[in-house]
Amino acid sequence: MNALLRIEELRLSRPSREVLRGVSLSVTRGEFCALMGLSGSGKTTALRATVALDSFQAGRIEVDGFVLEPGPVPPESRLKPLRRRVGMVFQAHALFEHLTALQNVVLAPVQVLRHTADQAEARARQLLDSLGVGGRAGAFPRELSGGEAQRVAIARALAMDPPLLLMDEPTAALDPARRGSLGDALKMLTSEGRGLLVATHDTDFARDFADRIVILAEGVVAEEGPPELLENPSHPATRALLQHRSPRGGAPPLSF
Amino acid sequence: MTRASGSALLLVSPAVLAGSFLGAAPAPTSPVLRWGGDAEGGAPFVEADPSDPARVRGFDVEVAEAIARGLGREPRFVQVAFSSIDASVARGDFDIGMSGVEDTPARREMLAATVPYFEFREVLTVRAGDRGRYARLDHLRGRRVGTLAATIAYEILLAGRGRYGYLPVSYDDDVHPYTDLAEGRLDAVLLDNIIAERSVKRVAGLAIEPAAIATGRYVGILSRDNTALRDRINGILEDRMRDGTLERIYRKWGIWDDSQAEFFRNVLAGASAAPASSGAPAAPSPWAAAVRYIPSLLRAALITLALSCAAMALAVLLGIGIAAGRIYGGLLVRSALTGYVELVRGTPVLLQLFVLYYGLSAVVRLPAFAAALLGLGLNYAAYESEIYRGALEAVSRVQLEAARTLGLTEWLILRLVRGPQAFRLALAPMTNDFVALLKDSSLVSVITVVELTKQTAIFATNIGSWVVPGALCAAIYLAMSLPLSRLARRLEHRWSATS
Repeated sequence: MNALLRIEELRLSRPSREVLRGVSLSVTRGEFCALMGLSGSGKTTALRATVALDSFQAGRIEVDGFVLEPGPVPPESRLKPLRRRVGMVFQAHALFEHLTALQNVVLAPVQVLRHTADQAEARARQLLDSLGVGGRAGAFPRELSGGEAQRVAIARALAMDPPLLLMDEPTAALDPARRGSLGDALKMLTSEGRGLLVATHDTDFARDFADRIVILAEGVVAEEGPPELLENPSHPATRALLQHRSPRGGAPPLSF
Repeated sequence: MTRASGSALLLVSPAVLAGSFLGAAPAPTSPVLRWGGDAEGGAPFVEADPSDPARVRGFDVEVAEAIARGLGREPRFVQVAFSSIDASVARGDFDIGMSGVEDTPARREMLAATVPYFEFREVLTVRAGDRGRYARLDHLRGRRVGTLAATIAYEILLAGRGRYGYLPVSYDDDVHPYTDLAEGRLDAVLLDNIIAERSVKRVAGLAIEPAAIATGRYVGILSRDNTALRDRINGILEDRMRDGTLERIYRKWGIWDDSQAEFFRNVLAGASAAPASSGAPAAPSPWAAAVRYIPSLLRAALITLALSCAAMALAVLLGIGIAAGRIYGGLLVRSALTGYVELVRGTPVLLQLFVLYYGLSAVVRLPAFAAALLGLGLNYAAYESEIYRGALEAVSRVQLEAARTLGLTEWLILRLVRGPQAFRLALAPMTNDFVALLKDSSLVSVITVVELTKQTAIFATNIGSWVVPGALCAAIYLAMSLPLSRLARRLEHRWSATS
């Protein structure tokens, strides 16, 4: 199996508690992997460790041949290969507030990849068009809706052309219709051969678009498998997740 | 004249405190003569008595005592800053002001002046090696000549500037002109012979040119409507000239010479009407004076503006450096910068200016404007750095993390993401600071830079009123600060609308 991302026995402790207690998972090229779990199950922490924003105590992370070891986060100068291999879309989109949508997308290609401004801008407009926000290129983040900002953030990450893209709760700010078109856009990315690791607790979104589901509970992988896993959960954590599923046309089931 | 020494400026002597306290107790009907003077001036005028610092002594003290005795009253000293004597006596803080107060047309116009009781000579003091070279004002072309602000000597220097081509430099005290002369910052000092003689004893390597540039007289001043008391005091002063009391006092303090006897005879013959002056005509009306002074006020405003802009630019650059160092630097850099900020914020800017200009003069002799620029710039840098540090730390962490995941280096993140966002947050407090700096720049007059406030004070002393000069000065400050606040509000508005 040609794994783009391989996480092995990852252990990560915060001062208050052990968040990840031996997590292993992998993502292959062209695969959409949904990382699921209740709030606090360690989804976001796993993503942050993968892009070297947080240090971890044990285990190993390998992104397309670049290996992160336990211990303090290495200096940025040693992380350049990692930055080229993996992009990240944050939950609160984190667009640069003082720059327009287009400037947000153009910044890193010009400054890091040394593309010319024209070249970077043409590519940025193409990306924004393909994500359906080409008309908002001149808008500042505060002028964008949640869904628009989400796509601009995706365009910004894709402008660096990383083979692996991590996303944290991309559907949090979206209504069901927009959720569908985001899912389609992500499928398009996997068809280009990119790997996607998407942290979400949105079971409908995961069932409709993911190729594989990984359920995190209490810092370990509780269950993993194809999307059908969600129809027929065997692990209590998966069942708990499904009980908290977002409503689709009806009231959520009450649980006592 | 203010006879303030540098150290006395920074210490409040017990005599000063006692004087202020006594002066606060009004007793208009009691048999007390309240007389105002400046004990910072020092001997032989008025100084705190070394054996009992709660008391003052000096020849002015003894003349005041003689007057009080003649009136059958108890003398009571009221401490007042020299430059405020005129305004204080006019508003009734004391009955008579007299510590080396010069007889000028403006004072005669605005106040009730007594007959003069002492005649002095304006003399040039030079470095001993220059003796004979700068004996007269016309020898001083292209040279720097110091004196005390708001004195006849300063008026003489200003009046002769065009004709003789020297550069007058005004000081707020009469000690530093002589130390600056010894160090080569000045080439001559023009002041009363009493001060000159005192100074050559204190500062080595100086000499007094024998020829007097002008003569002047000291008078007592009372409020304009107090002519009845003034006339009684005139009678007493004349009696004390006749009976030798004044001569005894002057001999005791070592300021008697034969010219005083001649001067007394003239006063007693009634020849004292014309005050010694720089040759300026009688005091003009405030409005006519305002028109005459507007060009010099505008020039002084330009100095204020240039100094403030340059000092702010320096403060911003250093402030950014300090803020960045305190956030990104190692432990050593961080502690050094924190120490600097605390030191600068915890001590008065006035002290910092003195140290830069006078304190360091043995090591590096900064020109006055450079010292002023450096002093204000270094001081405000500490405040700016705190604003920038707060603003940099207020930029949300996720913005910086997003930039890191895109592969931007720390430097690029600071320059392209964190810095620009912090700048928008820092703009409003920065504008406030700039307006404050514009006004704080008035402090640099203590190191001889004549900026707007100083020029206004000179103007006010000259015409004997603060009303018109004060209003003009305020209008000029507002004309500089209001557009600035407006501009900042507009920028802030634009950025908050677009980001």
